[in-house]
Amino acid sequence: MTKYTEDHEWIELDGDTVTVGITDYAQKALGDVVFVELPEVSASYSAGDEVAVVESVKAASEVYAPLDGEIVEINDALEGDPSLVNSAPSSDGWFFKMKLANADDMAGLMDEEAYNAHVAGLE
Amino acid sequence: MSMNSQGRPTMPTPSNDTSEMEPVFQSFSGHRGLRLAEPLIFELGTCHTTGVDVEDAGDFELSIGDVERTAEIGCPGLSEPDAVRHFTRLSRRNYGIDMGVFPLGSCTMKHNPRLNEKMARLPGFGDIHPLQPVSSVQGALELMDELSHWITTLTGMPAVALSPKAGAHGELCGVMAIRAALEARGDAREVVLCPESAHGTNPATAAFCGYKVKSIPAQDNGRVDLQALKEALDDTVAAVMITNPNTCGLFESEIKEIADAIHQAGAFFYCDGANFNAIMGKARPGDLGVDAMHLNLHKTFSTPHGGGGPGSGPVVFSEALKDFAPMPYVVKEGDAFTLVEDGDTKSLGRLTAYHGQMGMYVRALSYMLSHGADGIKQAAEDAVLNANYVLASLSDVMSASFEGPCMHEALFDDRFLKDTGVTTLDFAKAMIDEGYHPMTMYFPLVVHGAMLVEPTETESKYNMDQFIRSMRGLAEEAREGKVARFEGAPYFAPWKRLDETQAARQPVLRHPVAEAAE
Repeated sequence: MTKYTEDHEWIELDGDTVTVGITDYAQKALGDVVFVELPEVSASYSAGDEVAVVESVKAASEVYAPLDGEIVEINDALEGDPSLVNSAPSSDGWFFKMKLANADDMAGLMDEEAYNAHVAGLE
Repeated sequence: MSMNSQGRPTMPTPSNDTSEMEPVFQSFSGHRGLRLAEPLIFELGTCHTTGVDVEDAGDFELSIGDVERTAEIGCPGLSEPDAVRHFTRLSRRNYGIDMGVFPLGSCTMKHNPRLNEKMARLPGFGDIHPLQPVSSVQGALELMDELSHWITTLTGMPAVALSPKAGAHGELCGVMAIRAALEARGDAREVVLCPESAHGTNPATAAFCGYKVKSIPAQDNGRVDLQALKEALDDTVAAVMITNPNTCGLFESEIKEIADAIHQAGAFFYCDGANFNAIMGKARPGDLGVDAMHLNLHKTFSTPHGGGGPGSGPVVFSEALKDFAPMPYVVKEGDAFTLVEDGDTKSLGRLTAYHGQMGMYVRALSYMLSHGADGIKQAAEDAVLNANYVLASLSDVMSASFEGPCMHEALFDDRFLKDTGVTTLDFAKAMIDEGYHPMTMYFPLVVHGAMLVEPTETESKYNMDQFIRSMRGLAEEAREGKVARFEGAPYFAPWKRLDETQAARQPVLRHPVAEAAE
């Protein structure tokens, strides 16, 4: 099941590990992404911490840790080809995988319907 | 491969044409009348030409070991007339305040009076060196002293540090002084508050000085939310950085309440004075409760910038901070001026190797003296009047972001372009075809697709009417769905729209001919 944050990130849970990326809405708002800075593997973050940076021709913006946890894998492909964030935001354009400190935290995030309503409220 | 007249390889001359702009024929030279095609300097001349007489080095022995270069460097070699023509041709593709309206909001691109230039070239100012004995530069020191007098008088603040080299450097100076003052009273505070509409340099400065930055939201009227500010103020807050007038072109009308709340919390009030042009001679930051503020001489006091000259960002200080101001500073002892360069133990130290931008001091004081107190006040009034003229003349066809009059700049957003397919970027590029430098776009970030127009006091009504006519024309065409002129604009510029994405993703950092030669 995919969950979302107000900061336009999607989070997909698999066991006790989540994959995190930015939503289609976010990539459209950013425009062409030209650079992605990813965290170090095995670094720990609390929810809301700045984990990655995404830079487009229009703006630079942060990607936050959706929940408490430890980085277990990063998407190296983004460093060579940041355009994946635009072309495949919800699949090949993922940013990092994080082992959650507490998988129950997922319950606090928005589901797709709630996120769509959140986006609709912004337009 | 294309060759130049001396047989050097060149890149093919790119076509600037578009179908609707296609001329009926192509010239044999590649030039298009007075629009001259100009290759890169690396493609000009030969490696064996020079415009300089260099004496033969004679016999010598190299002692640099195996790093000696044996292959040709391939530097461009041009005669003097060819070098002059190259740069003159390039300069004709440029746009500056001396060519026309330069409405770049937040940057205050005002006319640089030629009198300033004449004064700055006087040998007593233009030909001196910072290491000269102070007895031989008394006139220059007197000028710094007089400039300080004007700045402290205009701002109503007791002290000024002239040396910071630009706005962001001034911010650094101010926040370092705040840190020094807090440390002197044994008060470790960690947070600096900045409003959402702040110049990006504000949070960057705070972070650079080791502070954690927290954002204060704006109200719907574009001004700082006083209630939210009060709630965020506690004994961890070192300073609040606020621009007034702010980057939405609005005066922070609750500035006094804001200052009082900041001081009540034991924090300092840093005011970003980048927009002082709108209030000089009308309001004094000292009366508004400001503790430190930089002035951009290169905006407010007409010294050249944007490629035309170095910035200069003197910082004024309140009683509470003035002892922590940086060195050097000028003091008058009897009839003589001296520079205090060391020994001041409270001072935060030095921020510059020497004494700051002397040439800009001369130009700024020249502007002040030639305008006088009344003229400076009128310049602020005219800048605000001009911005409101633009705002009022375009409000029916574009979307003004906030109700009511503005200060020195008019802010529009992209609501009027909704569903037209035209973006703020397209609109800005179309302005190039109209012969104008585009306005500031996508800043401030608090409104969507921002367009920030600052005519300054420089523009006459005639110039503004011409400008407004173009802007109205563009806005009306966009709304009528006539979008051809926006797609891919500019069409009439020497270069068409550049592919920013490819330029960032796959930058070409070396000349392809040079690279292929290796």
